[in-house]
Amino acid sequence: MANIKTNENKTKAQSMGLHSEVLTGKTQQKFFNPDEAENFYYWGTYDVDFNKRIDLDVNDLDCKEANKKIDELMSQGYGTIVIKNPQGKHSLGVGVLNKLNLIFEGSLGYFGVGSIDGPTVRINGRVGWSCAENMMAGKVVIEKNAGSCFGAAVRGGDLICKGSVGARTGIDQKGGTIIVGGDAGAFTGFMMQRGRIIILGNVGINLGDSMYDGTIYVGGKIGSFGSDAIESPMTKSDIDWIKRKLKVAEIGENFDISKMTKVVAGKKLWNYDALEPTEKKGAI
Amino acid sequence: MCGIAGLIHRGKSSNVGNELQAMLQALKHRGPDSTGYALYADNDGQNFIMRFKVGENVGEGSSSINEDESVYDKRKELVDQMLKSLGAKVLKEKKLTPYSYRYEMQYDEDLMDFSKKIESIESVEILSIGKSLELIKDLGDAQEVLDRYDLGKVRGTHAIGHARMATESGVDIKSAHPFWGYPFSDVSVVHNGQLTNYWNNRRVLENKGMRFMSECDSELIAVYLAEKMRNGATLEEGMKDSLSGLDGVFTYFVATKDSLGMAKDTMAAKPLVLYESDDLVAMGSEEIAIRSILPHEIDTYDPFDGEVKVWQI
Repeated sequence: MANIKTNENKTKAQSMGLHSEVLTGKTQQKFFNPDEAENFYYWGTYDVDFNKRIDLDVNDLDCKEANKKIDELMSQGYGTIVIKNPQGKHSLGVGVLNKLNLIFEGSLGYFGVGSIDGPTVRINGRVGWSCAENMMAGKVVIEKNAGSCFGAAVRGGDLICKGSVGARTGIDQKGGTIIVGGDAGAFTGFMMQRGRIIILGNVGINLGDSMYDGTIYVGGKIGSFGSDAIESPMTKSDIDWIKRKLKVAEIGENFDISKMTKVVAGKKLWNYDALEPTEKKGAI
Repeated sequence: MCGIAGLIHRGKSSNVGNELQAMLQALKHRGPDSTGYALYADNDGQNFIMRFKVGENVGEGSSSINEDESVYDKRKELVDQMLKSLGAKVLKEKKLTPYSYRYEMQYDEDLMDFSKKIESIESVEILSIGKSLELIKDLGDAQEVLDRYDLGKVRGTHAIGHARMATESGVDIKSAHPFWGYPFSDVSVVHNGQLTNYWNNRRVLENKGMRFMSECDSELIAVYLAEKMRNGATLEEGMKDSLSGLDGVFTYFVATKDSLGMAKDTMAAKPLVLYESDDLVAMGSEEIAIRSILPHEIDTYDPFDGEVKVWQI
């Protein structure tokens, strides 16, 4: 944490309470220098044409075979891949690291579209536990419900569920936005560290338990607040941002955003007071 | 990690043996050690079906028992003598494996006293007693157990099953699920999770006269619910009480002669996917279990923390 320094000039994201530190120093300069273009490409990514479309029936394939086939199709330049008969199989569509239109005509099991960086995914069914875990960038839209640990440890991108989600949504979230059209279960935002969660419906008990940072917006009733989660006033910036996000997500068209509850970290966990100021930043 | 599955047809019967096999086979990766079925079959409802074992032949492992088959025959004779002395009339009997039997019998007295006396015989365990419940459990996957016990033709209204990965107790039949809700006829339980106040609850329940046949924590749920119902609670009341009475993480199913229920702990730590329609409810630890019997597109969801649901046939 030696390279993390504070800066008095707050960005818009910081003023909204999303995070408080500014990343500077040699480590950041080394790995995020835009002039070094090779740092922005992964091994195994492809130039694809979105107009080049193909259907892939995975009914008789296991998840490894199906994911390998998706990779092969991307290597052939297919930019729109429609997966037929996913039948609730686990770990489909994981590790896609480039731009791609990936459409699932059906439901996914556990760990669907995990560790992705860039694709636009539409799932015309439900997803099981840990959908889009570790997602770095891109957009994932689920038309029906999702299981527990929805968007666990996501670091970026938009993750949208039009139905309801299970417990521990956004657990360990490190960035990005999770949007839920229905209800969410217990421990939503558990230990989240950054990013934002929007729940239009009700949430269960222990909302935002032990959250370090980030923001949770709830449209319905809250079962209970978790340790160190506190209510914060909604600002115009919040309302404008949520409005824009819901429009992109194509849900909550007539939703009264001004009545939502904003929940942030109180940063009063027992260990905070015992830490030195620099250590507090490190803990975040 | 274990896999559980259950289904209930409302207003009709179906081939629940094959349906549950397909669901449990899809969950094999969650539990390769043993498989159990609790099938509520279309029996005539007049006589009791008692399934029991007179030993275990579990081969290798920490629970390894290799007894001579002649020992089983002797124990079976003792069971027959005990049944006769208790006044039970055996109408049909079938030897399913060298160590397990299915008896159809008439008996009108208290099942608790009956069970205690039968199980006083060395290594004899009643797997289930009921007028429609057929409880089968053994080592192997769902297909192997189905074939071994010829369950493919069983028709009925509802069923629950379990694919077990042994954790805190041995790989043996006595620790396999489902557990019979002793001493109630036609009550069975399957569980996925860990109970952390097992020994405390066990001591209390044993002092109240309840019996435990294994050291598997899941057995506690069956005994816990049975004790609640024995004191006048309905199944649903007992299940709701269990959310605070049982400590740990759990999702469990319980079935009776005419109902099927599910309960999920207050932390929602264990998975469950549920499909519900007017004539069928199917649920399992993973969506693929439901897809194995409903391949067309359906709407499913995860029940929330602390939910209890009960369906009638």
